Amino acid sequence: MDFNYLTTIIFLPVVGAILIAFIPGLSGRLIKRLAALFTFVPLALSIYLFAIFDRSGSAIQFEEKFSWIPAINAHYHLGVDGLSLPLVILMALLGFLVVLISWKIDLRPREYFAWLLLLETSILGVFCSLDLLLFFLFWEIEVIPMYFLISIWGTGRKEYSAIKYVVYTLFGSAMMLAGILSLYFATGSLSMVDIAQGGLVMVQSVMPVTAIFFLLLIGFAVKLPVFPLHTWLPDAHTDAPTAVSVVLAGALLKMGGYGMIRLCVTIFPQVAQQYAPLLVAFAVVSVLYGAAVTLRQADLKRLIAYSSISHMGYVLLGIFALGQVSLVGASLQMFSHGIITGLLFAMAGLVMHNAGERDLRKLGGLVRQMPIIAVIFSVAGLGALGLPTTSGFAAEFLVFVGSFSSTVVSGIQVYTILGVLGIVITAGYILWMLQRVFYGPALEKFNGVKDADILERVYMFVFVAVIMLVGIYPAILTDVIKTGIMPIMGLLGG
Amino acid sequence: MPYQLVWLIFLLPLFSFAIISLFLRPFLNHKPKLGGYITIASLLGSLGLSVWALLEVMAAPGHSLLVPDINWVIIEGGITIHLGLIVDSLTVVMLIVVTVVSLMVQIYSQGYMHGDPGYHRYFAFMSLFTASMLGLVLADNLLFVYVFWEMVGLCSYLLIGFWFHRPAVADAAKKAFIVTRLGDFGFLAAILLLYFNTGTFDIGQLHSLAITGALAGTTLTWAAIGIFAGAVGKSAQFPLHTWLPDAMEGPTPVSALIHAATMVAAGVFLVARTFPLFSHSVEAVTTVAIIGGFTAIFAASMGLVMTDIKRVLAYSTISQLGYMMLGLGAGGIAIGIFHLFNHAFFKALLFLGAGSVNHATGTFDMREMGGLRKFMPWTYATFLIAALSISGIWPLAGFWSKDEILASALQNQPILFYLAMITVFMTAFYMFRVVFMTFGGEYRGGGAEAHGKPHESPSVMVMPMVVLAILAVVSGFWNVTGQFGAFMGHGETHSFAEGFFGILTHSLPWLSLILAGLGILFAYAMYSAKWLSAERIGGLFKPLYTLFYRKYWFDELYERVFVGKVLVGGFFAGLQGFDTYGVDGAVNGVASGAIATGRAIRRAHTGQLQLYGLFIGIGILAIVICLYFFG
Repeated sequence: MDFNYLTTIIFLPVVGAILIAFIPGLSGRLIKRLAALFTFVPLALSIYLFAIFDRSGSAIQFEEKFSWIPAINAHYHLGVDGLSLPLVILMALLGFLVVLISWKIDLRPREYFAWLLLLETSILGVFCSLDLLLFFLFWEIEVIPMYFLISIWGTGRKEYSAIKYVVYTLFGSAMMLAGILSLYFATGSLSMVDIAQGGLVMVQSVMPVTAIFFLLLIGFAVKLPVFPLHTWLPDAHTDAPTAVSVVLAGALLKMGGYGMIRLCVTIFPQVAQQYAPLLVAFAVVSVLYGAAVTLRQADLKRLIAYSSISHMGYVLLGIFALGQVSLVGASLQMFSHGIITGLLFAMAGLVMHNAGERDLRKLGGLVRQMPIIAVIFSVAGLGALGLPTTSGFAAEFLVFVGSFSSTVVSGIQVYTILGVLGIVITAGYILWMLQRVFYGPALEKFNGVKDADILERVYMFVFVAVIMLVGIYPAILTDVIKTGIMPIMGLLGG
Repeated sequence: MPYQLVWLIFLLPLFSFAIISLFLRPFLNHKPKLGGYITIASLLGSLGLSVWALLEVMAAPGHSLLVPDINWVIIEGGITIHLGLIVDSLTVVMLIVVTVVSLMVQIYSQGYMHGDPGYHRYFAFMSLFTASMLGLVLADNLLFVYVFWEMVGLCSYLLIGFWFHRPAVADAAKKAFIVTRLGDFGFLAAILLLYFNTGTFDIGQLHSLAITGALAGTTLTWAAIGIFAGAVGKSAQFPLHTWLPDAMEGPTPVSALIHAATMVAAGVFLVARTFPLFSHSVEAVTTVAIIGGFTAIFAASMGLVMTDIKRVLAYSTISQLGYMMLGLGAGGIAIGIFHLFNHAFFKALLFLGAGSVNHATGTFDMREMGGLRKFMPWTYATFLIAALSISGIWPLAGFWSKDEILASALQNQPILFYLAMITVFMTAFYMFRVVFMTFGGEYRGGGAEAHGKPHESPSVMVMPMVVLAILAVVSGFWNVTGQFGAFMGHGETHSFAEGFFGILTHSLPWLSLILAGLGILFAYAMYSAKWLSAERIGGLFKPLYTLFYRKYWFDELYERVFVGKVLVGGFFAGLQGFDTYGVDGAVNGVASGAIATGRAIRRAHTGQLQLYGLFIGIGILAIVICLYFFG
């Protein structure tokens, strides 16, 4: 252990946040540059970790472990494996890009960037923690910056949405905390690794194992979100400022999926198998229901927000199909959705910012005024509808193949086929949206609307490059992800 | 030469796409011609390599070449996917079709698209379109077939929607993508089903599993039906045919490419590629034949009454694709693909001719044309050849392939044979209706944008039409003595394929020739000599005419009733209401319930000690009573 990579990655943003918040007299420009610097270094480090990650074994790597609160056996325990590393990279990447996306924020920039950086730290922390208490701590910290970011810099019914988000999340976390405490009292340990390896042999709890499983699951299901716990999402995504929507959809939802794999499936493999049919059914409902409701949205951001519910349904399907390929697919779908929907929100934000309009019934013909945004928005849309050569296809296809051939849930073929039906509806709303925004006759009221500037083109390019890279050569990520999934398959008795 | 060079057939147009979109469009936009030249050069390269591949395959034992694979995704114990090529007789025939037609279309486009502001975009998409189709033809596993399949769909979306500022165009493009995607759903489901049962995506392995009988029964049938659903979408077969006539909104050379060599050919090709899966399931192969045979006559009936020249051609394409499916279902790969091969040349030619006519008159409405024979002799001559060929007149290309389809239908599907014979008559009628309305009689002034007298198109447009006209005459000769059938691995020598004149010793060809001749005669009588009044005949069969003209109301049924009212307006709207008032209402209800409870309970907190004392007293009393009674 020469260098504490993970600690550095996690805490650099918060160091930046503290500097930005407490050094007096910083200009807006300087704040943005500081924020960019303190998010770029973690990104560079996480890519470095990705490069040196040992793909031959399935061990947890770059581990850091210090005693933290000895009285309750809590440790400051960090580490990444094939499951979490892609998500760390995702968050680090989005963390840097959202600073660029926020370059035009002029309302109280000091607070804004401080909160944004704190948000990045908390999400990175969730993905790296191997100690349940630490995990929960990072999980909870995330709510605070999110509340302020939505309620101050948001639009529309922002206070309502912010409160709704907080209350919903706390409802989920309360369940999760109860679950974590039950686990702790049952096993006497807070280490995810120990609990998973020891199995639940240690359990001498009054709480039935199934109850603990569901307490944790509900906490994660709120985040993912799963029907019918999803209604915070459209409000929060729609009313949040662009950059926050990007983080919300891009990285924050993945905390739910990650938690399900890391805790629910890994610690309770038997319970997961037992209840997989139910959860797979919920997944398919989320996919189809989400897609159907998306088709009815007339607000640009709300449409994209609803599409997330549908796409995260594929993640749930992949997870509880409990097959090796399906779990890899679910993990890849989390990464892919993060980039694709991140880009969709970024582009929606640009359209709204430049054209001053977000109602799909009033937009139109914008390809004349903003050709570059139109192309990039279309690429993101095609990724979302799962077109081959984008990461969306690779991920969804792995989920479908994995789920269809899963042996855990009987009749999962029918569920999978129903899920596949979602791609038709997705094509419907994505193409309808693109048509409404960009095609048709050019409208006079949008004359003089600007296209993307240089900085915007830079981050667009990064997004598109990642989408295409993963789409054309998914092995770049699946080679890492599969090392994280293999031990889980061992636990599932596969 | 090493066989890896086959990759270049697909990669060259892909490079052309990349060069145009990444380099020419941003930096050399003021030199629009370059994009066209690069596309044409890349396609010339692909064509050369395709011809080379054809010769190699013809010489190779077993008519196939082995090209090394590339790994794509490997998850140990889970899934392994390779990226590889399959180069057999089917592939090379398709390669020739795609590269020849695409090359001719690109050359023609130089003239047709002259001065269009989206010139670079056009050629970039055209390159990608061709590359995707070539990739589809070459791919050796179903997953990559699906990948290119979707890319072909995307490109046709982009090209149909090329003039996106017109609302009808954007609608047509969207419709094409979504309707075909409905079919793709079946294809994807079939891939999953096959993978689940066999653990492979590899087409060769699936073939041998089907042939040995390891893959059989309902699984095989459903998989084949799923694949066919994909083909129904792409090849615009009933009931997913509605997108193709609307796709006319795209530039005409795009239509030529879509209708001849790429998009719609993909469906027929897919069935041919996975044919062992069909041929080992009676249900599946019968489904293909029935849908094909029905679509042939169904689409032809609508083609009888359209007034837009491109729409007539569109219905004719659907009808001809039906023939191909019927050929596949009733006869096998060689027969279906032979018609695809011939059809590609004359149909591309017909569309290029329609484009040329539009170039001169500024309209696609045949009622505004007429008399163009005098002004556009080349266009007229080539169009006439194509019309004769598609009508199946001896000895043009269409005759040879159509006759094989009819012969095999007579053997295996007698009912469909009669439908197909009626279709022969209809085809000849509607094609010559177009010929007489467009080129015969006197010029009726053209469309609103017409400038003065019509004139022949520039040579850059005429030259490709001449090349295609030659092919529309000679391409059928490949199978005059059954060489094509033998090359495609069609074991038996067909009874009809016995020479240029030998075929006329049978009665069936004469029958179809007479029917086609009657069709031409009727068209002549109604639209040229005016012995019969088209209006009166239309009035005589008024209900039928309306039925055809309104396209059996399928567009209304799908768009207004099913999608508009039932799904989006009904079911989805209901779900949205449920989401807002049900799910979210419950959430907000819990919240306001909590607030209301708090508000109610707050009233108890008056701050008056007397009241608290009173409650404490009541409480103590209650406890005492409880203790007294239950304690």
